[in-house]
Parts: sequence; C-alpha cells; structure tokens
Amino acid sequence: MKGKGMATDLLASGQPASGGSRPSAPRSFLDVRDLRIHFNTDDGVVKAVDGLSFQLDRGKTLGIVGESGSGKSVTSLGILGLHRHSKARVSGEVWLDGEDLIAASDERVRALRGQRIAMIFQDPLTAMHPYFTVGAQIIEAYRVHNNVSKKVARQRAIDMLGRVGIPQPARRVDDYPHQFSGGMRQRAMIAMALVNNPELLIADEPTTALDVTVQAQILDLIRDLQEEFHSAVIMITHDLGVVAELADDILVMYGGKAVEYGTAETIFRRPEHPYAWGLLGSMPRVDRDVRDRLIPVKGTPPSLINLPSGCAFHPRCPYVGYNGIPCRTEIPTLAEGSDHGVACHIPPAERQRIFSEDIAPAL
Amino acid sequence: MINYILRRVVTSVVLMIIISVVTFGVFFMVPKLAGTNPAELYVGKSATPADVAATARKLGLDQPVYVQYGRFVKGIVAGRDFNSGPSKTHCPAPCFGYSFRNDRPVFPLLLDRLPVTISLAIGASIIWLIGGVLAGVISALRRGSILDRSMMILALAGVSLPIYFTGLLAQLIFVHNLHWLPGGEYVNFRDNPIGWASKLLLGWITLALLYAATYARLTRATMLETVSEDYIRTARAKGLRERVVIGKHAMRSVLTPIVTIFGLDIGQLLGGAILTESVFGLPGIGRLSIDAVNTKDLPVVLGVTLFGALFIVVANFVVDLLYAVIDPRVRLA
Amino acid sequence: MPTSTPQTERAATRPATENLLEVSGLEKHFPITRGAFIRRTVGAVRAVDGLDFTVRTGETLGVVGESGCGKSTTGRLVTRLLEPTGGKITFEGRDITHMSVRQMRELRRDVQMIFQDPYSSLNPRHTVGTIVGAPLRIQNIPTPKGQKRAVQDLLELVGLNPEHYNRYPHEFSGGQRQRIGIARALALRPKLIVCDEPVSALDVSIQAQVVNLLDDLQRELNLTYMFIAHDLSVVKHISDRVAVMYLGKMVELAPRDALYATPMHPYTLALLSAVPVPDPSRRDKAQRERVLLTGDVPSPIDPPSGCRFRTRCWKAQDKCAQEVPPFVELAPGHRVACHFPVTDAERTPQGRMAAQHAAAEVPPDTAAEPAL
Repeated sequence: MKGKGMATDLLASGQPASGGSRPSAPRSFLDVRDLRIHFNTDDGVVKAVDGLSFQLDRGKTLGIVGESGSGKSVTSLGILGLHRHSKARVSGEVWLDGEDLIAASDERVRALRGQRIAMIFQDPLTAMHPYFTVGAQIIEAYRVHNNVSKKVARQRAIDMLGRVGIPQPARRVDDYPHQFSGGMRQRAMIAMALVNNPELLIADEPTTALDVTVQAQILDLIRDLQEEFHSAVIMITHDLGVVAELADDILVMYGGKAVEYGTAETIFRRPEHPYAWGLLGSMPRVDRDVRDRLIPVKGTPPSLINLPSGCAFHPRCPYVGYNGIPCRTEIPTLAEGSDHGVACHIPPAERQRIFSEDIAPAL
Repeated sequence: MINYILRRVVTSVVLMIIISVVTFGVFFMVPKLAGTNPAELYVGKSATPADVAATARKLGLDQPVYVQYGRFVKGIVAGRDFNSGPSKTHCPAPCFGYSFRNDRPVFPLLLDRLPVTISLAIGASIIWLIGGVLAGVISALRRGSILDRSMMILALAGVSLPIYFTGLLAQLIFVHNLHWLPGGEYVNFRDNPIGWASKLLLGWITLALLYAATYARLTRATMLETVSEDYIRTARAKGLRERVVIGKHAMRSVLTPIVTIFGLDIGQLLGGAILTESVFGLPGIGRLSIDAVNTKDLPVVLGVTLFGALFIVVANFVVDLLYAVIDPRVRLA
Repeated sequence: MPTSTPQTERAATRPATENLLEVSGLEKHFPITRGAFIRRTVGAVRAVDGLDFTVRTGETLGVVGESGCGKSTTGRLVTRLLEPTGGKITFEGRDITHMSVRQMRELRRDVQMIFQDPYSSLNPRHTVGTIVGAPLRIQNIPTPKGQKRAVQDLLELVGLNPEHYNRYPHEFSGGQRQRIGIARALALRPKLIVCDEPVSALDVSIQAQVVNLLDDLQRELNLTYMFIAHDLSVVKHISDRVAVMYLGKMVELAPRDALYATPMHPYTLALLSAVPVPDPSRRDKAQRERVLLTGDVPSPIDPPSGCRFRTRCWKAQDKCAQEVPPFVELAPGHRVACHFPVTDAERTPQGRMAAQHAAAEVPPDTAAEPAL
C-alpha cells in the first residue's frame, strides 16, 4: 500500500486522491497531509508517524488520543519542525494558513515557531530552564519575534503572567521555575507560549503532571484563552476525559497511524474502531455506576520498529479475522465519509451493529 | 546564602586541620617508626650522637608528638622560635619549619617558586579550557561525524599518553632538532616576557593536551545529555536560533560540571605540576618537591604537601561558591 | 476505632467486619534543620498529622488526595517503611507502631507493598526469578516443590509466562513489570497489600488489565488492600470505602457510593467536580457545576489554623480558623471533618452561590488569600 492513497483525503472529501503533480489548495487553517516521520535507528526504521492527515480551523480544538508509542507526541514536534535537525526523515505536507511548513526553509519555520505556532509541554518543571528566571524566559520568547526593548518585553511578560492567573506577577516575574508550584509553573509555561498570540497552540499532555483540581484550572484557562485569541488548539493526551472536555474533533492514533477520526460526540457515542471500544472499556468512570469489571484491551501496545503486519491492532483485536476479513495482511485505510473515518476492515454496518449490540451495553 | 558560605568555610577549615594532622603524622612519625631520627637528617652523617641530641632539642624533636604538632601549628599561625643554646632563631609566621639542606625557612622557599608554577598553571588552563570545551561542543553537535570521531581519538590519546613521553618528545623536536624554541633557564616575565613565554610554551601545550582531553570528553557527554533535555526543546519551540539554543541555554548547563573539575584541576596544579616542571626544567613548586624528596628534606616536603592541600581545599571552596552563582536552586535553597 | 454501624458495601458476600488494621492519631513529622555550625530543628513538615482509620479484613480502602496530602507517607507508615512520629498502628491486634527491624521481619509476611514506578522498583541486574523469589529466600519460607516452581506459580498467578523466569526486567513492558511487582508482593501470601499508585504510570489499556488482576487476586486470595491513588475514577472502581486526605489530614471517609454520590466535605466535592467527565455531551453541564478551587495547597510546614482547607473553602467562617473540626460520623459509616458540611442544596451551583453569600456575610478574620 503506497502512502498517498491512505488517508490523504479523509476530510477534503470530494477531492481526488492527490497522486498527481500539484497538491490541491489547502482548505483549512491547518492542513496536514500524509505526514510521515521516520527515524533510522540501529535496530531498524522507526515509523513513528506513518501517513497522518487531518485538518483544523481557527477557534477549533482537535484532540489527538493515543497510548505511549502511538506517535502522538512525534506528530506535534513534526508540525513545529523540531525534527529538522535530528536524524528523522519527514515527508508529507503541513499547510499552515496556506504555507507548507515541510517545504519551507529552516529559517522560515524557525520564525514561525513560537510566533504563529506555540507549544505547551507536559512537565513544566523540566520544560523550563532551571537556571533562568521565569520572566527572562518569557521575555526571550517575546523578543525573539518582536523588536522591542527589554523594558517593554518585561512589561509584556508581567501582563501575560497576570493574564494566566499568577498572583503578584510583577514580583513573581523574577522568580526561578523551582520557586513556583506545579500549577503555577504550567501557567507560566502557558504565558510563555501565548506571549506572541499564536494562531496554533499545541498542548502535549498539558495536565498529565498536575493534580486534578489544578488540571481543571488549567483546562479552563486554555479554553478561555482560546476563546479570547480565537486560536486553533491541538490537544494531545492519553486521557479521554481531558479530550472530552475540550475537543471539537478527535483523532485516535495507534502505531503511528490514525485509526479513527470524528467529532467528539461521534467518538464517544458511536465509535467504530475496536481500539476505540477498548479504550472506552478500559476506563473506569467517575460519572457512572461502577461496573463489575473493566474491559481491557489484551496485550500491549506494539513496538514501532516492528509493527504487526496488516492492521497494526490485529494482535490485540477481539474481532481479528471477523468473517474472513484480511486483518493480518492488508492495512486498512481511513478513507471514509467526510466527518467520520475508521481504519478497520469490518464493514461499517457490521461495526455499527457490533457497537450497539455488544459493546455499548457493557460500557 | 550566608549560612551556605559559612558552612563551606567551616568545612574547609576542618578539612585543613585533618590534612595537617595526617601529613604531619606521616612525615615526622613514620621516620621514627622506621628507626631514623629526623634530627640525624638535619645534622648530616658525620655528626656525633651529642650533636644529634642537641639538634633534636633545638627543633623540639625530643618532645611528645602532640607537643610537636602543637608547636608546628603555632608556627604556621603565629611564627615560632628555635632555641639552640644561647642563640635564638625566629621563624616568622607562616612558619613551616627550616629546610634541612640549606637552613632556610620553608615558606620563603615556596614563595620563590610559586610564580613559575602559577605561570605554568594559568597558561595551560587557558589553552585547555578553550580548546577542550570547544572541541567537546563541536563533537557533540556533530555527533558521529568524522570530525567527532577524530577529535575523540585525539582526546583518548591525550589522556593516555604520559606527559614525560609527550613532553620529552616535544622538547626533542622543537628545542633540540628544529630550534624553534630556546632551551636554557627559566626567566621572569618582568625581565623578558618573550623569553618567559617561549620557555613555558611547550609546558603549557603538553599540560593542556593532557587536560583538554578530559574536558573535551566531559563537555561532549554533558552537551549530549543537555540537548535532549526538555528545556532545550522548549527553547527551540520558542523559535530561538540554534546559536542561542546551544550557546546560551545548553552552555549554561554544560558549565556546571566544567567549573567543578576546573576548580579542582587548578588547585591541584598550583600545588605543583611535578612531572611537567621536571620535564621542562621549570623551577616551580613541583621541582622543589622532587628535589626535597630526593634530599630527604622533610620540612620542605611537608610544606609543599600542605601548600598543595591548601590550594585544593581553597579551590573546592571557590567551586562551591561558583555553584551558587551558576545554579539558583543552590543559592535559594 | 470500632464502627458498629452496618455498612452498605459493594460486595455483600465479603465479610468485612473484623478490623485488620487500626490506626489512631497517626503522625509523621519530618524535621527541618538549619544553622551553619550547630544544626537545630526549626520546624517540621507535617506530612501526616493525626489520622484515625481502620482497614477491615477483605475490603479495599481507597485513599485519595492531591500531591503532598500525605497519602503515600501514610502507606509507608502502615507498612512501617517509615517510623511514625506519633499515634498508634495496630495490625491484627498487635501494636506495630514502633516495632524493631527484627520484629518487623515477621510483619513483612503479612503486610506487603506495591509501588508506583514499575521501572525503578525492580533491580535491573536481577532476573525475574530472583526478584520474585527474594522474599521467599529472605524469610526462609519452605517451598515443597522447590523455589523455582513456587516462583513460576506466582508468575502464572499474575498472568505472566512462567517460562520467563530467567528474563530481566528490561525485557518486559511497563504493565508486565507491574505484574512482576505484584508477584513479588504476593510471594509471602500477605494479608494486607498497600498499593501506592500502582497503575498511574501505565497506559490506559494496561491500567485496566492491572486493575482487573488486583480485583481477581483479592477474590482468590482473600486479600485486603489499601489502595492509594490520585485518580478518583480508578479508586471509585476498586474501593469499598474511600478516604480523602488534604494536607496531612483525613477530611472524609465513607463507603464508596456514599462518598461519590453525596460528598459532605467541601474539598471532596471540589475534587469530584474537577474530574473531567469522558462524555462530551455533558461537557457544559460539568463545567458549570465545577467547584473551582483557587490558589495552591498551603505549605505543610505551616498549615492554616483550625480547618486546613479553610483558606480555599467557599464556606469558611470564623469558626473554621479557630477550631479544628473533629472527624465525626455524620451518616452511617460516613465520617467528615468539617464544621459546615455540604448540604444537598449545595450540590448545585446555585446552592453553592447561596452558601458563598452566607459565608461572605460573616467574613472570616483571615480572608482566603491566594497561597503562594
């Protein structure tokens, strides 16, 4: 299966598969097409991201859900162009507001990074430099893209710290990261990411290291800021609760590929991929009566060096070989309708029947 | 912060006291256990037992050990007097005793030699610091390249080759065969700066080669570790230029271990670069100590040892203070 | 702590009347020293500051709370990995509060612990066989069919391949490593297992496998668990009773369903409402009803007077700063440490607003300032 036909036109429905010369014009603010990020290692090629396509508009939030090794974090660094200096091979297209970032020059991508695209990382303790003050790090982020004096930038940093809810920002601006609590540190990280009013904000597990009450505060903050700045947000997480809170659309990744894509409502109400069913079945819920047992996915997530043949999920799938479908040999594609894509060989009608009859009642 | 400094000062002083006890014990008690009377070493082989006894009395060697040690310490702090019958010799503080050989106080001897050692240490350290760190950074950033590999092979050679080999070889080639550099005696910087530099140059380079190798390897390892840190990724995500990411963000972290070993190395070198000084015929503290050992000049050996220990302890202290400057987590803890 | 009132338990079949573990007034203070020359104690981190609770035979007691609340310290005190500063711990009627290391050898057979990080809690240089067999060797437990066989039985029990006896930890995935840790804890057939965040480092799909395994083992081996976690959903799934901790104190302890359906401590309510609900259609409702706490948890070195939660509580009044609320039973088996427990009306945002206004009319002398 060649890459081009895979998932390229999932959303750009009606467009012919772009096998030809010029790619069709991007339709969304962010348009990722057939993104591939491969790493050469001593043990073989790691296909961390292998043919990923999605689109995102301003003011909208896309949740990318997956477990460790699904390729979700590699994707975010790929969009930022942070794999450029590593040994990764990156191909595909990443259109941001009509400009292909993969084809752009290093300097061009650097100028966009932190300016129009910003990122929030998981662990704010390790993600901030321990030897520089919080203020200095925010000031630096501002001045690299704006030709202003230190004084102006400092005022901007103080304003941003205040905006993300840090009390006494004029005093705290000169503190070092270790003098902040975990929640405050993540707020400072967000202030740093938003200092240039980015149009695309990528949040990679932004609340995983935080306590639940702090997590609620941070998610609230991200939501408010998104409304205020009308930016597009990519929320990368393993926590289905977090995506359900924020995301308009959800992309479920497994083994470097998207296995299901749809609106949040669709993914939680009418999921069709057996892996999505597995995730929902694995999750204990605080909002429902306790089930006697959880329904886990058997086995463990695959190694990206040695992905299973055919559908990467087939060794863990309870429906493998269902009615003689070729799970072990053929890679299923996402090419489906326009707003709900499922990479599974089981026919859509069958999937819907299995979900409503067997899966949903047990959840 | 003041607490931190005070604690370090106290630790350093305690450490010096322990070192002085141990070295004093080793140098003055060991000969006794071995059946030699240190006084014999002062008076020479042809002396009568009465002469020996008199000298022992004069130097206080007939007293119990703790009294001897007490006088020794008093001498360092306040100076001491040596009585030989009616005549009295005053040895001003800091008094490390008298040399057996030329009957001069040890401390001025050390002071005489210090400029040479300092010249050697400072010159060499500048070369190796710049060379080693630069090589390490380049190696780390071009990891796996031919440049990286050749530099690391060179570094391995640098650490492995003994200085008496590289030093003698260099001297043979550049002084004796090519005549690019002068041989002869060491000259003072004030008298003849060019002569001073050309005499020291080979010493600087060979010494620097040895140390630069360690620094290059350490820098490379730390840099590789640092560039995979989350905060470096953050710096890149901010859109900083690679030059700033490496030169400012990564270097700041790489500096910490470099400062540590640099402090220790300098302390050690100021205590005397024994091999280098003998190989290049530089009359520094290292040479002094070799000469003293050869002539069994115990007070000088003891003085040199304590002097060296002092440099190392002080260097340690300075490193601790520098830590606080570099790492706010130490300063504000 | 005898609790005579009948409980509404999840598993009525389990006899959960006998107290396996009784804890009263448990304290752990870590001293803070200062001084350049003479080290003197200038204060203490009051990690655990007066806990009263029991764990009944065969039940699972969940302990939840945010980082720094003292839940892990509690686990380490109960297993006596830490020496308590004060209070009393009784296991099967024996006082184990200050047992010596030698006496503890015996206790180790009955009380075991499972740790959070399956990567650092297993020695990478030992084979799985050595790791799982170690407790048997140290305790000189007779193994009639040989130690290897005993270990292989344990591996099988936790769902690992017994043939992997000679492999090293790095050859296993995170979930499998956690199973190895469980097998090691089970080797001595303990009565009580303290699980400290046993699934938080695992992927979602693996978490469920381990939770189910712990469930099965409890049923098969009649184990008692103390399950310490920050994830309220997992705790809800696995526990019979749940204790909520805040800043070194227990603020609420109740049967699982009662705690989740009708929390009485304002902190518990805030905690529960903060859990993101994996249901996008309820998103807006959940967000509207959320009790947003402001600021951070105060320092355990100098906790607030009276009720420790008062600085962040919307119901705080003067009394809260002056009197430490007693940990009392307000409903059958439902103990709460609060002067003004949450009423049914307050479980809606409108009700909370009214309560907030009521509290504001009697302003507490120490206003809730944002903790830094």
